[in-house]
Amino acid sequence: MSAFTKITEKAAAFDRANVDTDQIIPKQFLKRIEKTGFGRFLFNDWRYSPDGEPNPHFELNRPENAGAKILIANENFGCGSSREHAPWALLDYGFKAIIAPSFADIFYQNSLKNGLLPVTLDAEKVAQLLQKAEHENYELTVDLENESIFDTSGFKAHFSIDPYWKKMLVNGWDEIEITMQLDEYITVYEKAQ
Amino acid sequence: MGKSIIEKIWDKHVVYEEEGKPDLLYIDLHLVHEVTSPQAFSGLRMKGRKVRRPDKTFATMDHNVPTDNRSEIQDKVALNQMTTLEKNCHEFGIPLAGIDSPDQGIVHVIGPELGLTLPGKTIVCGDSHTSTHGAFGSIAFGIGTSEVEHVLATQTIWRAKPKTLKIDISGTPNKGVTAKDIILYILSKHGFDFGTGYIIEYCGEAIRSMSMDERMTICNMSIEGGARAGLVSPDETTFSYITGRKFAPKGEELAKAVAEWRELASDDDAVYDKTIEIHAEEIAPMVSWGTNPAMTSRVHERIPYLSDCKNEIERKSLQNALSYMGLTEGQRIDDIHIQHVFIGSCTNSRLEDLRQAAEIVKGKQVHSNVRALVVPGSQQVKKQAEEEGLHRIFTEAGFEWRESGCSMCLSMNNDIVPAGEHCASTSNRNFEGRQGTGARTHLVSPIMAAAAAIYGKITDVSAMMPEEAVK
Ligand code: SF4
Repeated sequence: MSAFTKITEKAAAFDRANVDTDQIIPKQFLKRIEKTGFGRFLFNDWRYSPDGEPNPHFELNRPENAGAKILIANENFGCGSSREHAPWALLDYGFKAIIAPSFADIFYQNSLKNGLLPVTLDAEKVAQLLQKAEHENYELTVDLENESIFDTSGFKAHFSIDPYWKKMLVNGWDEIEITMQLDEYITVYEKAQ
Repeated sequence: MGKSIIEKIWDKHVVYEEEGKPDLLYIDLHLVHEVTSPQAFSGLRMKGRKVRRPDKTFATMDHNVPTDNRSEIQDKVALNQMTTLEKNCHEFGIPLAGIDSPDQGIVHVIGPELGLTLPGKTIVCGDSHTSTHGAFGSIAFGIGTSEVEHVLATQTIWRAKPKTLKIDISGTPNKGVTAKDIILYILSKHGFDFGTGYIIEYCGEAIRSMSMDERMTICNMSIEGGARAGLVSPDETTFSYITGRKFAPKGEELAKAVAEWRELASDDDAVYDKTIEIHAEEIAPMVSWGTNPAMTSRVHERIPYLSDCKNEIERKSLQNALSYMGLTEGQRIDDIHIQHVFIGSCTNSRLEDLRQAAEIVKGKQVHSNVRALVVPGSQQVKKQAEEEGLHRIFTEAGFEWRESGCSMCLSMNNDIVPAGEHCASTSNRNFEGRQGTGARTHLVSPIMAAAAAIYGKITDVSAMMPEEAVK
């Protein structure tokens, strides 16, 4: 996992609530046995028309959103199935951070574990960002170390994240490695059973 | 101050705690299936890691197995996932109920059935409906693939202690109201996120009088309310279900275990972070009409009007849902026509579900506009149902009788609902595209699904039931 400290990137407005993981990566793409290559199937059913051509009305197909690395969405993002393919697909597509008023629990965890930063902001702030990101080439800075988000036109917001996860992300640590250092505790626990 | 079962189990499983960190929790049972595990095993292999406790791990294949002809698997990509699981289980020494095993089935059906799921255990699986196993008084929750890898390597998981939510269900359900209707009602009333951050304990009269199959249906859909886990304190019903199961403790060992399990039940003075009260009498057979499980109403009601929405977000999601579902605001629920019926999934594919549906179907015919499927949850369920002759009731009525698997719950195999068509489904999710691109899902109980199959439209099943109806 690569470390996440601070990024300044183009942000795309994705004004939808309850985006579920079935939409993020439809199940027909879950049969792969690799972690990579899911990006081209991200939002497949919304992104492409039935004939396989890109749907011009879909937010991420708009030219102004090309190359966006930050996604601004609405409440309850990532609900539904626990598939980790959802953050893999978002990452593979190029996203590094998702900003929303709320996230589904499992999606939130899965994102953290894969180095995709979920940022929870209050709904009013998200609404402001959604409006701003409608403009072409809207850039936003996400500063994980200082837990803040800002742009060059006066927007500034603080967000909070569990200190444990912050440390993991900032250092790009592998969780299994950390747990394995606690092997003696696990062994003691097992012996006592 | 007393403790809830949630706290009791949690506290017993903390391996390591440190200020500012989640708890390191020991996992007693790790269930594995073909779709969310391949990347985890390859992760282990890349780092030269072993599976710490293959004896606490159990695998099956369910998500993309065909449910019709299994002699030759057509979908090569799906086949690759199945053979990959076989290879991984072989290499790491994990027991597997493979495609030809008499124990094969949906992971959440076979765990309990084989006596792997037991009270007091911590159980995980790379699937969000792992909450099902909570019916036995265990803490069971879904995890992602990175966590599957973590549990394989360490038999533990990092988790912050969740808050506790008590849902008390009093009273006796009306005729035609099943466990499925109760959980759909809770979702319709409290929304899709009332449980986020909580583990739910279901209590009360209505729960106590339920069978294990019914409790599993309730716990199964905890995740649809945002709660990772939902459970029921174990009681005599639980213990008698467990007795005699393949991997469950036997004889003296069982007696000792039962004595311990009795202690697990929540203390009378346990304190919860939140409590919700439900009166069973309020509930009628439920039908989802929208694109998330909370968009559900009683069968005799109407779809909400746009003008009833509290805010813009709600209005927009109602509008989107109606346009996806091809329905109109204010439409009567029992005016919805159905072209497909699916009885199956980890929510409602157990023996009792099939028995109840068969009771409704018996001697009747599936409507000529409807294609109807029964997909038993496991090979064991299938076998028992056949011994009771249920398969004949279904096939004579015009249902297809299939092999066990997830099937049309998520349509990863070729059991798909075509775009624009409506399916009365006993599964747990009605998201856009869940049963196929453009498919329109209506979540219902097995008996409501049976009624829809016969009439070709959503129909109040309670009107079809004799006064002394089976519950
Ligand atoms: S039946 Fe459906 S919900 Fe249950 S495990 Fe299978 S796919 Fe998941």
